[in-house]
Amino acid sequence: MRQNLDVIIAYIIMLGLIILVGFFQSWSIALSILCFCLISAVMTMGANIQWGYAGLINFGIMGYTALGGLAAVLVSVPPVKEAWQVGGLNMIFSVILIALMVFSIRFIVKNYKKSKKRNYGIALVIIVGLILLRLISGPAIESIEAVNPATTGFLGGMGLPILFSWIVGAFFAGALAYIIGKIALGLRADYLAIATLLISEIVIAVIKHEDWLSRGVKNVIGLKRPVPYEIDLQAKEWFINLVAKFNQGTLSLITDSLEKEQMLKQLVIEGSTVFVKLCFAGLFSIVVIILLIITQKALYSPWGRMMRAIRDNEEAANAMGKNVVKQHLLIFVLGSAIVGIAGAMMVTYDGLFTPGSYRPMRYTFLIWVMVIVGGSGNNFGAVLGGFAVWFLWIEAAPIALFLINFFTSGLAENNEFKLHLIESIPYFRFLMMGIGLLLIMRYRPKGILPEKIKHV
Amino acid sequence: MDYVNAIVLLLNYIFVPALSYGSQLALGAIFVSLIYGILRFAYFTAGDLMSFGTMFTILFTWYFQSLGISLGVFPTALIAIPFGIIVTIFYVLVKDKLVFSYYRFKKSPPVMLAMVSIGTMFVTQAIVRIIIGPFDRRFFDGEKFILKANEFKEMTGLNEGLTIKSTQVITLFVTIIVVSILFWFLNKTKTGKSMRAYSDNEDLALLSGIDPKKVVMITWIIAAILATIGGTLYGLDKSFKPFTYFNNMLPIFAAAIVGGIGNPFGAFLGGYVIAFSEILVTYAYRKFFIYLLPESIEPDSLLQLLSTDYKFAVSFSILVVVLLFRPSGIFKGKVL
Repeated sequence: MRQNLDVIIAYIIMLGLIILVGFFQSWSIALSILCFCLISAVMTMGANIQWGYAGLINFGIMGYTALGGLAAVLVSVPPVKEAWQVGGLNMIFSVILIALMVFSIRFIVKNYKKSKKRNYGIALVIIVGLILLRLISGPAIESIEAVNPATTGFLGGMGLPILFSWIVGAFFAGALAYIIGKIALGLRADYLAIATLLISEIVIAVIKHEDWLSRGVKNVIGLKRPVPYEIDLQAKEWFINLVAKFNQGTLSLITDSLEKEQMLKQLVIEGSTVFVKLCFAGLFSIVVIILLIITQKALYSPWGRMMRAIRDNEEAANAMGKNVVKQHLLIFVLGSAIVGIAGAMMVTYDGLFTPGSYRPMRYTFLIWVMVIVGGSGNNFGAVLGGFAVWFLWIEAAPIALFLINFFTSGLAENNEFKLHLIESIPYFRFLMMGIGLLLIMRYRPKGILPEKIKHV
Repeated sequence: MDYVNAIVLLLNYIFVPALSYGSQLALGAIFVSLIYGILRFAYFTAGDLMSFGTMFTILFTWYFQSLGISLGVFPTALIAIPFGIIVTIFYVLVKDKLVFSYYRFKKSPPVMLAMVSIGTMFVTQAIVRIIIGPFDRRFFDGEKFILKANEFKEMTGLNEGLTIKSTQVITLFVTIIVVSILFWFLNKTKTGKSMRAYSDNEDLALLSGIDPKKVVMITWIIAAILATIGGTLYGLDKSFKPFTYFNNMLPIFAAAIVGGIGNPFGAFLGGYVIAFSEILVTYAYRKFFIYLLPESIEPDSLLQLLSTDYKFAVSFSILVVVLLFRPSGIFKGKVL
């Protein structure tokens, strides 16, 4: 108990802060902060597994997040039958063709010795494959995108409940991580960072511009939710009764029955958004808790000890007969899969998929700030980092406004300098993140909750 | 005549734009590569340092414009650049003193320094956006075109026009001057040689009495100069927007790695490799072939290898291929 005291105190402070937001701003804001904190926590856990357990630096978080989001679309949207009719067959052929290309290249690489002839062979396969691909998929893509372009214009998905996408998203991200890992994991740490950053940009470019798959920048909206809708809730008898029960105090003060009804209506509308967000928060908490249990178990298992050994001294671990390359690939895939879950969760919460909004600042670098601030190698630290940094990211604006008003209180209300500062409030969050990261790295390089190694 | 038309077409749409874009990338890639070679970490603030330098150049440009100073046909920004450079040098040196020097003395691993540079990236970005805002700014003045398409058509009697913007010529000239001075400095002067020695083998360089503080300081100064000039040229040619500059970090890194990181000359060529491949792959060659081929087999599709949306993706794919087959870059940089 005592050795976990810092963890408990830190979490209590964090929850206290969110509750304070609930009291001072509104419960709806507090809950949406909580939901995004939970999603950030999942992402941070994924990055933390790679960085904290194995020392792998992955700046491709954004790519996996977007793939998770794509999974949500592909799972939950009902299939567009017309589009499948006009172009489905060709697209299936294209997929088979790509698989054939990959396998034939593998075959050539495996069975022939390294030579100029082999290189030409591979080049030939790629060129012929690409031309064929263009011929098969080109017209199909055009006709798919022509099907009702204002609302669909893409193949659609499977029409399954969106919750499945959390698992599918993990598989998507894991598959991508497998490919990237095969390519880039041999690189030195900072090269790996740059390579993953650039590859994630490629992934985003594909998702943004392959309209037949994801509608691209036209966005997919109105994804089905796993929790009830506000409108439905507001009509439900039991919900209205529930709200009335919760607000008995305020309602009983009002004597006029008409006014009372109005008040109740207002409360029901507010209550319904809070209720929906509570449901989301509950779902997300379940994911976070399950992941925490699994990652904690893994960290203190023989496997976790091996990973730490590899991280701290690769050569020694190699000499002990551990397959470093394989373990690196495994942990790269696992961590990325967790990020994929978070990506799917985020799209589920938003109910829409906007490929244009995936930017490295928000989805890669911010997550890294969370990992570093929280404490790399410590899962509780990673979750706390996700909470604390997201909280600051959102609450930076009010804090900055307060500080600006405080420090410029001597200036006149229409002072140009003051007005300029107030106009640029949104950018103070970058300043806060940067200075926070620099301070933590300087004075507490292991993060708020540093890694604890139990020696057995 | 058709052949000449086809060549002019390529010159106009591929060669000239790629040359100026490549120069702007090359200036960025050189300083990223230098920082990597001498300070030994990936400098993620690259794009934002460029926007920082450009921002101050713009502020000085506005100041000069308000005073009524101008260069006539040349953009006023050219006189503002030195002032922008001074502020940027001051900024990087302060940053080094406050942030990076601590980790250098502690001999932290390069990853740590790269992380720290992400911290400074956030801060720099915030400073730029707080001072000048996130919006698109144009600060170009003076003569816009050296050669207009119509004039060229009248002059030569060709169907295709050739447009040369003055910013493109300025970019090219400034790049040639700056880069030749830089390579002269690195190869001929004592300080430059000591920098290269420090980059090759730190311990040996220290043993032979090279002052590491001086080497580091000069590196930062060169970085600031190149960042400001490269950023300003990019801003003159296109426009200044902090977000675009941040994004430019990615092709700059690609150029530095493709050229062989730690090798400034490789980085310089890498900039052009990236710029040319981006534009070559995404250009629609239809018109070009219409000029070349007889009418009977004229193409009816666009003949575009990849749509322009994939511009960035092209350069990154080149990077991936280079990393796979020649991880030390085309021009042999540091071994990974």
